[in-house]
Amino acid sequence: MALSGVEIFKYLPKTNCKKCGHPTCLAFAMKLAAKQASLDACPDASEDAKKLLGEAAAPPIRGITLGTGAKAVKVGDEICMFRHEKKFFNPNAFAVAIKASEAGDAAAKKIEAVKSSEIDRVGQKLRVDAIAVTDEGGDAAAFASVVKQVVDGAPDVPVILVSKNPATIEAGIAHCADKKPLIYAATAENAEAMAKIAKEKKASLAVAADGLDALTALSEKVKALGVEDIVLDSGARKAKDMIEHFTIMRRAAIKKNFKPLGYPIISFAARDNSLSEAIAAAIGTMKYASIIVVNNIEKWKMLALLSLRQNIYTDPQVPMQVAQNIYKVGDAKESSPLMITTNFSLSYFIVRGEVENSKVPSWLAVMDNEGLSVLTAWAAGKFTASKIAQFITESGVEKNVNHKELIIPGYVAVLSGSLEEKLPGWKITVGPREANQLPTFLKARA
Amino acid sequence: MALTIPKETYSGKIFNVQIGSGAKAVTIGGANALPFLGFEGIFPNKPAVALEVLDIAPEDWPETLKKAIGGEAANPVSWAKFCQKSGADMIALRLMGTHPDQKNKSPEEAAKVAAEVAGAIDIPLIILGSGQAEKDSQVLQAAAAATRGKNCAIGKAVEENYKTVAAAAMANDHKLIAMSQLDVNLAKQLNILLTQMGFDKERIIMDPMSSALGYGLEYTYSVMERIRMAALLQNDPMMQTPIVCDIGMNVWKVKETMAPDAEVPEWGGLEDRALAWEAMTASAMITAGADMLIMRHPGAAARAKEVIAELM
Ligand code: B12
Ligand code: SF4
Repeated sequence: MALSGVEIFKYLPKTNCKKCGHPTCLAFAMKLAAKQASLDACPDASEDAKKLLGEAAAPPIRGITLGTGAKAVKVGDEICMFRHEKKFFNPNAFAVAIKASEAGDAAAKKIEAVKSSEIDRVGQKLRVDAIAVTDEGGDAAAFASVVKQVVDGAPDVPVILVSKNPATIEAGIAHCADKKPLIYAATAENAEAMAKIAKEKKASLAVAADGLDALTALSEKVKALGVEDIVLDSGARKAKDMIEHFTIMRRAAIKKNFKPLGYPIISFAARDNSLSEAIAAAIGTMKYASIIVVNNIEKWKMLALLSLRQNIYTDPQVPMQVAQNIYKVGDAKESSPLMITTNFSLSYFIVRGEVENSKVPSWLAVMDNEGLSVLTAWAAGKFTASKIAQFITESGVEKNVNHKELIIPGYVAVLSGSLEEKLPGWKITVGPREANQLPTFLKARA
Repeated sequence: MALTIPKETYSGKIFNVQIGSGAKAVTIGGANALPFLGFEGIFPNKPAVALEVLDIAPEDWPETLKKAIGGEAANPVSWAKFCQKSGADMIALRLMGTHPDQKNKSPEEAAKVAAEVAGAIDIPLIILGSGQAEKDSQVLQAAAAATRGKNCAIGKAVEENYKTVAAAAMANDHKLIAMSQLDVNLAKQLNILLTQMGFDKERIIMDPMSSALGYGLEYTYSVMERIRMAALLQNDPMMQTPIVCDIGMNVWKVKETMAPDAEVPEWGGLEDRALAWEAMTASAMITAGADMLIMRHPGAAARAKEVIAELM
C-alpha cells in the first residue's frame, strides 16, 4: 500500500537539516511518496522509518526466483486480480513431479522429457520450468540419489524438494544447495527444522497447511524464523477449493496488503487422468497459482498448458507484434513468391511457420497494422487496398523480387480487385484462407 | 494477524434462463458472485454443455472429430440422438447447410430438420443459423416456427439481423442467443437494442464471441470477466444475461486439432492434442463465467462436465 507524503513526513526527523538535498523534510517526504528519492539520502532517518518505508515499498506479492542461471524463473510479484486491470506479469512455473520410486529409468525419461520440452510459440521459447523430486515417505538416501540424478541430468533446471521430513530434505539439498531450490514444505510439525535448512542453504521455503487460517499462522511463524522467500500451499486440490482459496489469498495480499499471504502460491494438480490433470493445472494458471506441479508432461499436454499460459499472461493493452519488414524465408531468390500479412505476432509466426513447412523459399511482407490479425485489421480499416498499396510501393520490395505478383490472405480475397487498381502493373493472387493450406498451395506453384 | 476473508459485495445477479421443457429442461444462470466463489455467493445452476450437430454431413470437420462421432453423423437425427446418449445436456443444431457457400438449403428444408431433431430428443435444443446474417433471418424464422412450444434457444441474433431473429424467437416463445464481437460495449448495446424492441432481457443469452486456445482466447476470457463484473458489481441489468461460448467451431479449425503427429512431432499425438485443445478451451471459458458451452467432441465435453462437477 502506497504511503502519502504527509504520512511519510511523520516518520522523518523534522529538523529540515537539508542533508538530503531537499529544503525541508516535508519536501523530501513528497519526493519519497512519488518514488523519486530513496530514504538512504537522509542520514538521520530512524529504524522505524526505514522499516515502514521498506514494507510500504514491497510488492503486495513477493517475487521469488526458482533456481539460478539461464533457466531460473521468477514468479509472484503480481499486482492485480484481473488481467484487464493491467496485466499478469510473471508466468507461473510448470514443474513435473519425479517420485523417489521412479529412480532410474522412469526418472531418466522424465528428465529427458523436461530437457526436450522447449517449444517455440509466437516467437517465445516455452518449456517445462522445474522438476519436483518427491519423497513418498521412503528413506533419505533414496530421495537424495534421485535429486542427484536430476541435478546431474538437468543441471540448470530449477529443483523443488518435496518431503515433510527435514532429514530427507537435508540429504537431498546436499546435491543442489547452490542452485536456490524450493523446499516443500514446512508444516506446523517441522517448521523450525525446515526454516533452519532454508536459511542455511538460502533456499526458498514452501509452507503447507490445511486451510487459510492455519496457513496464515504458519507463514507468519516461518517469517519470524527469518525466512524471506516463502511459497504458500493452503491444501486446496479440488478445482473449487483452488479457485476459492487462491482468490482469497490474492485479494488479501493485493487489496488488504495482508502480508502473511503475500507470497506466490504452489498448486499440485495431480489427477489419475492426464487430461484432467491438464485442466486442473490450467485452472491454476488462470487463477493465481505461481508454481504448478503435475505428474506427467506429455508433449500435447504441455503444448496446451504453455499456450494457455501465454494467452493469460500477454499484455491485454498491447498485442504481441513484430516489426514491419520484408522477411526472407528460406533461401529466397528474386523469383521467389511474395506474400503479405499483418504484423500481429500470431499471424506472422503461423504464416512464417507454414511457409517454412512448405520448403518453398519465399518473401513475406509484414505490414504494420498495430498488431491486429488479418481479419481484425481489415475490419478496422487498417488493411485496406490503398494502405497495402502504399506499403508495397514504399517498402522497396522491388529490390528483392524481379516479379510483380503479390499473394494475399484468402480471407481478404475481396481486396484483390481494388489492389490491382491501386498497384498498377501488379498481379494480385488470392492465397488460401488458412495458413495450414499454404504448403499445398506453394508447392503446387513451385 | 488473523485473516479476515476479504469479501466482495455484489449488487447484481445473473438471470435464470430455462431452455427446453419437461423433465430434462435445463436452467442456466442465477449466479450472484464471480465464478465459483462459493464463499461469497450462490451458484444455483451448473454450466450446461451442448454438443453440436449439423444439418449436413460434417465433411470439413477434422478426422479426429469425425471418428469420435462415427457413422451417426450421416443424418442429423441419429447424430443428435448419439450426442444425447453421450451425455450432452443439450443439442446445438447448426443449420450450416443453409449457407449460400455450402448447400444453400432453403429455410423450409432447414425448418424440417429442426423439427425432426427436436422431436427425436428429450433434452433442450439450441438452433443456430449458418452465420450468414441475411440468410439466417429467414432460416431462423422458419426453424423457430417449426419448433414452437419446445422452448429452444435460437440464434445468433447479430447487429445486422437482430430484429427479425428476435421477432422469430418472441413469436414462438423461444430464448434468444445474441452475439457481438468481443467487446463489452457492443455486447451491452445489442442487449439494449433488443429490449428496446420489446424483447424480454430475461430471455436473452449473450455470446461474446469465442476463440480457440492459442488463437485469441485471452480476448474472450477478459471480455467475459469484464461483462460479469459489470453485471454483478455494478448491477448493470443489460449485462446480467447468461453467457454462451460457441467454442467447437473455433477449436476444430486450428492446426493443433488437425496436424498429424508426423508433421509436428514436438506437439505430441494428434488425438490427445485435439481433445485437450477443446477441453482446455472449454475449461478456460467455464472459469471466466460461461453458463453454456457449445462443443463438438463428446470426449472433450465429458472432460468439461467433469471439471464443472469439480467446481460446483
Ligand atoms: C481476437 C479478435 C479480435 C481482437 C484483436 C486481436 C488482434 N490482435 O488482432 C479484438 C478484440 C481487439 C478485435 C477487435 C475487432 N474485431 Co475482431 N476478432 C478476433 C478473433 C476472435 C480472432 C482473431 C485472431 O487472432 N485470429 C488469428 C490470426 C492468426 O488470424 P489471421 O491473422 O487472420 O491469420 C490467419 C489467416 O488469415 C491466414 N493468413 C494470415 N496471413 C496470411 C497471408 C497469406 C498470404 C495467406 C495465404 C494466409 C494468411 O493464416 C492465419 C491462420 O490460418 C476473430 C474471429 C475469429 N475467431 O477468427 C475476430 C474478427 C477478426 N474480428 C472481427 C471484427 C469485426 C472486429 C472489430 C471491427 C469489432 C468491433 N466492431 O469492434 C474490431 C476491430 C478492431 C479495432 N481496433 O477497431 C471480425 C471480422 C469480420 C470480417 N470478416 O470483417 C472477426 C472475423 C469476427 C467475426 N466473425 O465477426 N478482434
Ligand atoms: S536529511 Fe533527513 S532530516 Fe535532514 S531535511 Fe532531509 S529528511 Fe529532513
